[in-house]
Amino acid sequence: MPITSPEKYWWKPADKEEKLWITIALLWCLVLTIMMPLMHVIGTQNPSVNPMKIRTEDYRKMSDAFIEKYKVGEEGGIPIVEPPDGADVYLRGQMWTWTPILKLKKGVNYKFHISSTDLMHGFSLMPLVMNFQVVPGHDNILNMTPTSAGTFHILCNEFCGIGHHTMIGKIIVS
Amino acid sequence: MSNGSEFRTCPITGKKVFAATQNLVWINAVTAVVFILVGGIMALLVGLTRWPAVHLLSADLFYRFLTAHGLNMLVFWIVFFEIAGLYFGSSVLLNSRLAAPKVAWLAYLLMLVGAVLVDVMVFTGKATVMFSSYVPLQADPLYYLGIILFAVGALIGCAIFFGTLAIAKAEKTYEGSVPLVTFGLSAAAIIAVFTLACGAIIYIPTLLWSLGLITNLDPGVYRLIFWGFGHSSQQINVTAMVSVWYLLGALTVGAKPVNEKICRSAFLLYILFINLASEHHLLTDPTLSPYHKMANTSYFMYLAVLASMIHALAIPMCVEVAQRKKGYTKGLFEWLTKAPWGEPGFPALIFSLFIFGFIGGITGVVYGTEQLSIKTHNTWAMTGHFHGTVVGGTTLAFMGLTYYVIPLIFRREIIGKKIATLQPYIFAIGIILIALGMGGAGTLGSPRRHWDITFADAVIPFSFDPAVLFFTTIAAIGVIVAVVGGAMYVGVSVLSVFFGRKMAPNEAKML
Ligand code: HEM
Ligand SMILES: [Cu+2]
Ligand SMILES: [Cu+2]
Repeated sequence: MPITSPEKYWWKPADKEEKLWITIALLWCLVLTIMMPLMHVIGTQNPSVNPMKIRTEDYRKMSDAFIEKYKVGEEGGIPIVEPPDGADVYLRGQMWTWTPILKLKKGVNYKFHISSTDLMHGFSLMPLVMNFQVVPGHDNILNMTPTSAGTFHILCNEFCGIGHHTMIGKIIVS
Repeated sequence: MSNGSEFRTCPITGKKVFAATQNLVWINAVTAVVFILVGGIMALLVGLTRWPAVHLLSADLFYRFLTAHGLNMLVFWIVFFEIAGLYFGSSVLLNSRLAAPKVAWLAYLLMLVGAVLVDVMVFTGKATVMFSSYVPLQADPLYYLGIILFAVGALIGCAIFFGTLAIAKAEKTYEGSVPLVTFGLSAAAIIAVFTLACGAIIYIPTLLWSLGLITNLDPGVYRLIFWGFGHSSQQINVTAMVSVWYLLGALTVGAKPVNEKICRSAFLLYILFINLASEHHLLTDPTLSPYHKMANTSYFMYLAVLASMIHALAIPMCVEVAQRKKGYTKGLFEWLTKAPWGEPGFPALIFSLFIFGFIGGITGVVYGTEQLSIKTHNTWAMTGHFHGTVVGGTTLAFMGLTYYVIPLIFRREIIGKKIATLQPYIFAIGIILIALGMGGAGTLGSPRRHWDITFADAVIPFSFDPAVLFFTTIAAIGVIVAVVGGAMYVGVSVLSVFFGRKMAPNEAKML
């Protein structure tokens, strides 16, 4: 019984079935263990590979400068920005907007800097469903290349206060 | 109250049940049920709000109540029940008096005061921060104080458990090794000490920060240490649940572990490796390097998964062996078809095992990989995953156990045995629907912790694939079914504990 002390010598060898099951499970765990680093090397979609700290004030200045330099319009009070090919792109989460709206080109690689100047936010790119945590004080650096044209939306999927459910951003790829 | 030396002998198991232990198990278990009632009401309101067809609460109340649901369920219900389990697993199973019952009452009071403080803050809107309270989102200092008091109480509860083990050993109340269930609970208590240490490391500075005494608290570091606490707590739940599985196997079909060495080694793997997997919460964070994430979430995590795989064989195996010994040997599955399906503990055990393994476990291993975490992080699929583990798994197992604790420890006959028998089925169906609905909607991008998935108030218009609505509806139906199952549980256990027929001292009847 599991509720009474076992008999004196309980350190007994496993049966054939038990050994077989544990071996299979262990092998499968090893396969998974190898797959994790392997996918990181051969796969092309990984989370940020160079963690960077950044002061929120510095980040705000850099993203403001980015917006001012490449701004091409405005929608609902949110600036629309079209950066040149290969530029560093700043996408700022801030209660409760993603600033700016981005116009990007298909097939061009951009270096995204995603961060927040207030609370935690959640970058969720729709309809691809790719999600990254946005942490104030840390720069989430992602190399992204749009592979299809169209309009993409960014939801916020980390609770960020009472307006959390209204926080939507946009990326237009041509 | 007694000085801790009065006891009675259980007419079924022959165990000594000390009066002091019985009272403490009683108060902790009853309090747990009160909190699952609060959490369950919140579940219904939150679930119906997420369903666009009803959209019940205002945004303000939704976020408040969601915070309350997470805390009352994941923290208060589960931990109060676990403390009751620790006192039972040490004192009753080892025939020993409980170490320092007065201190155990102090622990209880600390936990209760902490929990009430937290709930008052959350319900009055001073702590709408979700149970994870990520800085720099700030709650009232009393909220953090409440959590700290609760955690200190729980830590004292663990100390009482270890103290009781020591007393039992010194007073030779058992021979040889401790029973397997006690061994498993010891693993849970060891993990709890590490967990609560992380809790102290993070909540004390956070309290000081909310008082304005510290100014910079790095949100990235907060997340790292918070999950050292938050994820490890889930491992306490897993370990306690597996112990309860062995217990339910024994109570329902008289199952005996086939190989103690294997079962115990698997618990050891939990202690050694499971805490280390906490960083899978941070796979899409910008704070850790890929090497860090991979080492932490690959082989460390998979050795803990291996432990679960071992229990996944050992538990059905001991049930099968026990049933075959009773003569149910026809074909491959007579042992299963002739099992006591009409007694609540057995379906609770089997559904808990099934939902934990096939829904919670598999999604956990899949979502815990570096790349697939990108696809599911913070979506409703995550919520679906942990309703498979901590609700369909842990909570259902604890529910099943309650129906045995009431007659065996509290000496009251169950009122509404038919309802009790039906309850695990209903609750399991509800949770399966919830997990599938949330999983489907989440895979299509539906976010967790979200008041309005139609985005009616957003400046930039956006709407989901209609399939999201379909899956949300399935989850909502699951919410209603699960809440009915939860209400049956609360109803039966409260009625039985307070109004059930008192059993005679020598009455050897379980259900
Ligand atoms: C009747 C049973 C239950 C139902 C119907 C239910 C339903 C829900 C729903 C609808 C959500 C909201 C998800 C969102 O908007 O993101 C949720 C969240 C959650 N539930 Fe449950 N739940 C139940 C039981 C439990 C139990 C027993 C536990 C823990 C032991 C639990 C732990 C949680 C947690 C931790 C969250 C996440 C809160 C957050 O995101 O901060 N639930 N549940
Ligand atoms: Cu946000
Ligand atoms: Cu948000």
